[in-house]
Amino acid sequence: MSALYEVRGLRVDVPLGGGLLSAILPGGKKTLNILDGVDLTLHSGETLGVVGESGSGKTTLARAMLGLTPAAGTLQFQGRDLAASNLRRGTAMMFQDPVSSLSPRMRVGEQVVEPFTIHGIPAAERTSAAELLSRVGLPPEMAARYPHELSGGQARRVCVARALALNPALVIADEPTAGLDMSIQGEVLNLLSGLKRDRGIGFLVISHNLPVIRHAADRIAILYLGRLVETGLTADVFARPAHPYTASLIAAEPNPDPRKRRDDLAIKGEIPSLLRRPAGCAFHTRCPIAVPDCALRPPALRAIGPDRQVACHLAT
Amino acid sequence: MSDPVLQVRDLSVRYGPVQAVRGVSLSAARGEVVGIVGESGCGKSTLASALIGLNPPSARATGQIAIEGRDLVAMTEAERRALRGDRVAMVFQDPMTAFNPVLTLGAQLVDFQHRAPLTKAEKRARAAAMLARVGLPDPELALTRYVHELSGGMRQRAAIAAALMMQPALLIADEPTTALDVTMEAQILHLLRELRRDHDGAIVIITHHLGVVGELCDRVYVMYAGQVVEEGTVDEIYHDPRHPYTAALISCDPAHIADRAEVLPTIPGRLPDLTDPPAGCAFAARCTLATQRCAEPPPRVVLSATHAALCHEVRP
Repeated sequence: MSALYEVRGLRVDVPLGGGLLSAILPGGKKTLNILDGVDLTLHSGETLGVVGESGSGKTTLARAMLGLTPAAGTLQFQGRDLAASNLRRGTAMMFQDPVSSLSPRMRVGEQVVEPFTIHGIPAAERTSAAELLSRVGLPPEMAARYPHELSGGQARRVCVARALALNPALVIADEPTAGLDMSIQGEVLNLLSGLKRDRGIGFLVISHNLPVIRHAADRIAILYLGRLVETGLTADVFARPAHPYTASLIAAEPNPDPRKRRDDLAIKGEIPSLLRRPAGCAFHTRCPIAVPDCALRPPALRAIGPDRQVACHLAT
Repeated sequence: MSDPVLQVRDLSVRYGPVQAVRGVSLSAARGEVVGIVGESGCGKSTLASALIGLNPPSARATGQIAIEGRDLVAMTEAERRALRGDRVAMVFQDPMTAFNPVLTLGAQLVDFQHRAPLTKAEKRARAAAMLARVGLPDPELALTRYVHELSGGMRQRAAIAAALMMQPALLIADEPTTALDVTMEAQILHLLRELRRDHDGAIVIITHHLGVVGELCDRVYVMYAGQVVEEGTVDEIYHDPRHPYTAALISCDPAHIADRAEVLPTIPGRLPDLTDPPAGCAFAARCTLATQRCAEPPPRVVLSATHAALCHEVRP
């Protein structure tokens, strides 16, 4: 199976506010490092889940993969560098807030076929709005509606329909269930997993909702302060988290079963600011098992099993 | 059991034609944590605002909300104002909007104590002690900060401190952890659990998150379409849900499903229109057990001293 998308040594820096002070002060242009040393491989017909707290660089990763943020490192879509690939036609993005990613002044039917206009697809090769909507389980009458007339779940489906218009090979979904009620978030996840199975689409799902990721993703990558800390098959990682951060994230998830109430606190403190990235292992300030060495040497991502990597000095 | 701090009897709230809350009765005793759980549109936020008398002027409330025996619905607005922040306090979902952005935290925490017969220095000392109690590092420094200088988790801690400043008999928390990352959520849940030990009042938590209920609450009220459809202890509700909606809601929670599921359960159908709610059971249209009888208003079936459900099909 050849890779649909390869990321090798991805690094993203953003310039820090070009205020007067930084212009006068010596030392040249200041930048803030967001992501570094990120390696990921995504195959067709597979869902890769990217997990982390706010500020861990999840959304920046998605933007860099779509060429929306300047990035260093090797990014290859379907075996070609981004500039030489058909990235725009072959990928689609589902944004976190479906209603604000739809135009309030266009009917649903117009929005879902807009990608054809943008890419100059000849009329004969276009799919009708009704057909696109039926793929996501919406009735054709929905085409005449405006976004404000849709429920949260319907707006989410319209975004999926639009994302599918050009038959993309890769769909990046940023928090696909955010803001949805429990009784309908399953609908959206079932829709995505059906599309993965039937059309062989590769999905990158970004979420901080661990129970959702556990069901939706085949493999997961966990980010902490812009560094990969663990990757592996979802079931393996949940069954035996190798990195202490992964273990604390899983343990922090509140359990709906009152008989399984936990009484200790899995993780203390907050994710530090990117401006004050701790030296050595970025997680050592909150890590329950840190040793002095962790504050000195940053751990490298290393393989600890088939399809399993971890960046921790102490993990085995 | 001592007299309940909060006793709501047959409360209904309408906004014009919309019947947001329909005949809700509930109670909360001293030292108890009560959860109100439901999906968007079930009326839980309207109920929360009603409990502290903060519904917009367009809302019409009927029924009784007794706090320490005094009826909030029958009171004048001036009497309600005297109660708010003193005997009843609220923690909102978004702590950023709960504070004034142009005053320091210290100035606001001192203002919140305007009814206490203390000097300003004493109030400031009490504020610092309360901030230390909720786990803000360096409380003296925090008093001089503005809200935007605090992180999301610290803001929510400060909001809880503000609400507890006057030792209210009733603390209402509306989605207190929804805006937070899972690691911060775990810490806030841990804090609320600690506070209940030395807090002499009742706590009412409004949430859509079954994990929050499981970790924190003693008893739960499940709301659907403006009504309480089931009430019980957390154990009764989670391990022996009797109303079909409660059972369906729990089974939809991805955290509840142990093994990875390709297809997640959902509740098909939509909420009924609350401008014209059905005369019978509001859930009948989506219920797998519904019979012709369900067109009649469902009885409240008492299952134990603490457990009751609003359903034709439930047997004691």
